[in-house]
Amino acid sequence: MLSRVADSIYWMNRYVERAENVARFVDVNLNLLMDAPIGMQQQWDPLVVITGDQKIFKERYGEATADNVLRFLTFDRSYPNSVISCLRAARENARSVREIISSEMWEQVNAFYLMVKEAADNGSLSDLHSFFPEVKMASHLFAGVMDATMAHNEGWHFGQLGRLLERADKTARILDVKYFILLPEVSDVGSPLDDLQWIALLKSASAYEMYRKCQYRITPIGVTKFLILNREFPRSIQFCLLQAEESLHNIAGTVTGTWRTSSQRTLGRLRSELDYTTIDEVVQAGMHEFLDNLQSRLNDVGHKIFDDFFSLQTV
Amino acid sequence: MLLDVYEPGDFYDELFLAKEQPRPEAELLVKRINGLSLEELKQRQQAAQNTLFKLGVTFNVYSDSQGTERIFPFDVIPRIVPDQEWAWLQRGLKQRVEALNCFVHDIYHDQKIIQDGVIPSHAIESAPGYLTQCLGLDPPHDVWCHVTGTDLVRDRDGRWYVLEDNLRCPSGVSYVLENRRVMKSSFPQLFAAMDIEPVDDYASQLLDALLNLAPPTLSDPRVVVLTPGIYNSAYFEHSFLAQQMGAELVEGRDLVVADGYLQMRTTKGLQRVDVIYRRIDDEFLDPRVLRSDSLLGVPGLMEVYRHGRVAIANAPGTGVADDKLVYAYVPEMVRYYLGEEQIIPNVPTYLCEEPKQQHHVLSQIDQLVVKATNASGGYGMLVGPQASPEEREEFARRIQAHPRGYIAQPTLCLSRVPTLVSDQFQGCHVDLRPYIVYGKDIYVNPGGLTRVALRRGSLVVNSSQGGGSKDTWVLKAAKG
Repeated sequence: MLSRVADSIYWMNRYVERAENVARFVDVNLNLLMDAPIGMQQQWDPLVVITGDQKIFKERYGEATADNVLRFLTFDRSYPNSVISCLRAARENARSVREIISSEMWEQVNAFYLMVKEAADNGSLSDLHSFFPEVKMASHLFAGVMDATMAHNEGWHFGQLGRLLERADKTARILDVKYFILLPEVSDVGSPLDDLQWIALLKSASAYEMYRKCQYRITPIGVTKFLILNREFPRSIQFCLLQAEESLHNIAGTVTGTWRTSSQRTLGRLRSELDYTTIDEVVQAGMHEFLDNLQSRLNDVGHKIFDDFFSLQTV
Repeated sequence: MLLDVYEPGDFYDELFLAKEQPRPEAELLVKRINGLSLEELKQRQQAAQNTLFKLGVTFNVYSDSQGTERIFPFDVIPRIVPDQEWAWLQRGLKQRVEALNCFVHDIYHDQKIIQDGVIPSHAIESAPGYLTQCLGLDPPHDVWCHVTGTDLVRDRDGRWYVLEDNLRCPSGVSYVLENRRVMKSSFPQLFAAMDIEPVDDYASQLLDALLNLAPPTLSDPRVVVLTPGIYNSAYFEHSFLAQQMGAELVEGRDLVVADGYLQMRTTKGLQRVDVIYRRIDDEFLDPRVLRSDSLLGVPGLMEVYRHGRVAIANAPGTGVADDKLVYAYVPEMVRYYLGEEQIIPNVPTYLCEEPKQQHHVLSQIDQLVVKATNASGGYGMLVGPQASPEEREEFARRIQAHPRGYIAQPTLCLSRVPTLVSDQFQGCHVDLRPYIVYGKDIYVNPGGLTRVALRRGSLVVNSSQGGGSKDTWVLKAAKG
């Protein structure tokens, strides 16, 4: 498969996943605010922190008011990680590989983009309560259509790789920020507000119901363990890495446990480390340090994939 | 009901002989349309347009920095071509393409046609599409013009004329195929009731022609479609054709010349390419030999081509026959190479580089259409009767400054087809671009793109100039 094509399929999936994740954590925050006691400080800063783009935000908007953050994250065409920009990029990528993907995939990503564009053209922030669930659903639909209509060939595996690495990265970021905000207030531990916040965190990863099935009580350790180490929940970091590794092996044509390219080696090492990590070790080492390190290693995997497969340099 | 009030007017109408009097081949269509209410018809029209937009059957508008895409406006009333008329057109088109192909081969080899005094050498040498880099090249089976889109028009009296030939990389065939798909879902019963030639064979014919170019020893040749990229106005078509043929869609940056072959960069390293269906113009193909500032092509491609290690369709150099001055000599080419008279006539053409003809053009400029010899897409032209005095003067100046650059033709009164424009049927002028594929044999796709001038009274049908399109129904010959 052409390197450029593999690159486009990878990014098309990353961008759709990224848009979904933005919609996901903004939506949860909107819901949370409605339950918050009147007069309580609204928490919009953390959403910007999750994106890692505080600097851009500060320069352009200054204060993190609800309107500013919502506009920045959803409809700001000049901010590359806003929902609309992600969809635009996903669609551009899809357009450049239309002959490779199924026409159903193209139609879905095109319809998705047109839906977001229409909302952006309206420019109203008051309809967002129905908008974000639509974004999430459209992203699920895209993944489902891709799974059901595209041959599970090399291109499909590159798509999986893009989606799963993006998802692992976003789960790590959400966890990092929430952990940072939630934990320090010792007096709040175990209070109803605290519970709500942890539930919100689970909901940002659509993990609430699945978590309950796995253990009743909501505890900080339980939640973080679930989102980092669970091997069955599709948004947990370990699940994403396991699946991504499998796709990478399919692409490179080697079996798990061996490697041919440096991206396989980097990803394989990270995945197997998590295999033998306990949540207590994570907490002892420091949650933030752990997640920070994880994100930078995920970035590294991304760079290595680029070098191994997409780079257009020739010998 | 709807078409009862339609006025064909003093024009050749493709569907009507006179008011309330459909042509025999259009009777069933008119009856069905009349059975619909305006609302129903508009709904079907809207549904068809929505489908095209959803499918992303769009083109990019160059001048628009926002990267705006538009659909080619689509009208649900088709144009009908009866079988005998089509048979005649088909013969004429095959003849024309055969002659053009002989011509291109000749001028890059012995140039007999020049030596025998049929075409003046300067007419060729001054054509921007004439590439000395192609002298002596021998494409497989001596075929140069693999895909041709020839624009036909019909005058007030119903006579057909060839308006121009497009041999470099004619576009629009994807609309033929997609329009048909949409029409079938808009009027399924009508399709079942009428005997219409299918157009769907195009991709197979094109692929056959391309595979025919690969060396016969290769068991599994690789065919690619070369596109300038997603910002090109015809990108949809490039990707559509690649998809329909199962070929790889590549850009110049995906390709590299290595070890004497053309190769593409894949996730598993370099892989050889055997046949290119190129959709970029001649001059951009290889910056080493042609335009050095081009990033669209592949450095070294021409060298590989010269050695016969990759085939290119259409062959580089065919652009010479797109030139409107060269077009004027096609009747002579047909006579010279085939010993026949041209079946479908050219539009009478004045060459501004001939002093006498130029004088005529300048004195009659308000009656004529003036065209730049090396422009397309409706750019660089003057429609005399509709132009302002200032525009005419401007063109007169341009002609005098650069006579080689212009030809002029009488303003034809293009035939019309009823078209749904703001709640009623209007006669809109149309042309027709059939697509001709030269593989082992010459194949003419039974249909073609009918382009329609949607602005009232306008004669310009190009998509870039606000034109639209219609499905073209070629009727099957009655059996027995």
